[in-house]
This record gives sequence, structure tokens and C-alpha cells, in this order.
Amino acid sequence: MSVNLKILRYSPKEGKRYDTFEVPYQRWTTVLDALLYVKAYVDHSLALRYSCRMASCGSCGMLINGKPRLACYTKISELNSNEIICEPLPNFPIIRDLATNFDRFFTNHKNMMPYIINEKTDRKMDDIHREFIQKPDEVEKYLQFSYCIKCGLCYAACPTTAMDKEFPGPQALAQMYRYMIDSRDQASRKRLEIIDNRHGIWRCHFAGSCSNVCPKGVDPALGIQLLRSYLLGFSKKGEEKAVLYISSH
Amino acid sequence: MRESNIMKIHYITGISAIILVAIHIMFRLIMPYGASLEYENVIANYKNLPYTIVLELVLVTVAIHGFNGLRIILIELRQGRVWEKSMTWLCIIGAASIIAYGTRTIILASLTGEV
Repeated sequence: MSVNLKILRYSPKEGKRYDTFEVPYQRWTTVLDALLYVKAYVDHSLALRYSCRMASCGSCGMLINGKPRLACYTKISELNSNEIICEPLPNFPIIRDLATNFDRFFTNHKNMMPYIINEKTDRKMDDIHREFIQKPDEVEKYLQFSYCIKCGLCYAACPTTAMDKEFPGPQALAQMYRYMIDSRDQASRKRLEIIDNRHGIWRCHFAGSCSNVCPKGVDPALGIQLLRSYLLGFSKKGEEKAVLYISSH
Repeated sequence: MRESNIMKIHYITGISAIILVAIHIMFRLIMPYGASLEYENVIANYKNLPYTIVLELVLVTVAIHGFNGLRIILIELRQGRVWEKSMTWLCIIGAASIIAYGTRTIILASLTGEV
């Protein structure tokens, strides 16, 4: 069996063009396998980003037959097409071929302060072991959002991100919810202030395409709507805090 | 003003507008629909205080909701401090002008029976 792999090629000097390669495949061959076949045996100059090959690192995101997907997580056989079109992720500047620049995406992520802020913990190395104890229902509130691998598929699928370059995007907003709702975190108000601006959370149109393309089952659209309910005053973060457990070694 | 407060106003005016427009349309049901739209009856409505209050509220809520929606569309189309400030003020002035002109019309029709 073989399939035609049509790849968008780009370089700053030559601009954009499509190259088509005939690639043999088996039932279990992924799009990433096919691209690596092209790179190994046909055209060494093909540029793409990949690492783990098991949908854990989030490096090989690209537009496959018009939908943002992970190349390592998409089997050729499941696409039911004789031609597979691979293009770089939309809403990201292209570096070369299928490799895109994630600088803005990671900056947006960092702006959300993706870490626990709590005065009771410090970073000093001492003999005291500190640990917060959380109940299962407290973990349940943020667990699905912690599965995010920062692959950028939601950002590529988001119609608001396509128009508004200052919009943080669904990934960053979902991570904001993940840390805001964490019972160990004490910076809810500060976090909400970050996204409560002209280009913040209110620009989400609730198209839901972010949740539709997420390969890890995260629902960023849900996180965004829940964050909105906190900003509108419909929801309040519970008073119940995680218990700090301290023990000496 | 915080964007969350602006959006609260946006949602409240949107929901209010739906209710008020529904009440406004129901005013047509007090007589045959065709007759309710005849000139004399329309002018007579302006002499009815509850009707004019509903009409004024429809005007205010729709203008605020509509122009804020326009502001949102415009700042999504293009970004930049000057553009955003200009569009925000343009929408505020637009809403204020519509409300002022509409209020003038309602008051004139209510007092003199002419617009």
C-alpha cells in the first residue's frame, strides 16, 4: 500500500510550495512515520519537529488534512484518504516547512504564572519535608487540565487567536484555570486580574474547536467558561484549603 | 473600567433588551396588529407613559449592547493602543448620540405629538 504525502514546503527565500511524495505504509504507520520516511529516503531537507513519537511531548503538531493533529498520534489508515496534506500549524509563524515558532505561545503560557503560589511553602533547602495534602475531589477539579502537553493544537484551531494576536489562547487560559482552582494556590485574585482585560478571556467566542482537537482529552473551552463564571461572580473559590503536612527527615 | 464589568453590563443589557423588546411587541396585541401600526395609534402610544418608559429602556439597552458588540468586533479586527482607544471612544460617542437623539424623539412625540 502507498499514499501520496503532500507537504507544504516553506523557506524565507523561496516562499511556499507543495511537494508530493509517494510513501509506502502499513496499517499501523503514522503520519510522522511517513514524514520520517520522506526525510530519510527521499528529501533530507524536510524540516519538522518531533521527539517522543508517543503523544507525550507535543512536538509534532501540524495541520493534517485540514485539522490540527499530532503526526505521531495520527495513523494514515484512519484518515481514509489516498492523499494526505501536511501543513504547518496555523496561528504560528512558520520557521521552515512544518516547523513553527512557539515563542508567543510559551510567552502566553508563562504570563499565566503556571505554578502554585503559596506563602506557606519556601524553596529553602532544609530538613523539613513539606507537602500539601489534597482530597480527591480537590484534585478532580484541575486534573484534566494538568494533562496538557503544550502541543499548540488548540491554539492553532482557535478562531479568536487567528484574529486577535494579543489573545492568550485556549491553552494559556485553561492552564490559568488549572492553577486558579488548585486548593494549594493562594493567588486567585491576582490570576483573574491577568486575564480580565480587553484581549483577555472575554474575547473567547466559545467555538469549542480547542476542545475538539485536543489529543489529550483536555477541554479548554470548559476551563474558559468556568473562569468566566468566577469573573462574573457566579462561582467562588471554596474556602477549603489544602492541608500543609510538615515532617522532619 | 474592568473588562469583566463591561461584559456584565453587556450581558445584562442583552437579556434586558430581549425582555423589553418582547414587552414592546406585546403592546401591539392590545388592538388588531394592522391598526396598531396606523399613524394616529403610533403617536397615541407615545402619550402612554408606561409605553414610553419601555421604549426608552429598549433604546438605552439596545444602544449600549449593540455599540459594545461593535467595539468588541473592532478591537478583534485590529490591535494597537491608538486604534483600540479610538474605537472605544467612537462607540461611546455613537451610543450616546443614538440615545440622545432617540430620547429627544420620544420626549417630543410624548409632549407635542409630533416628531
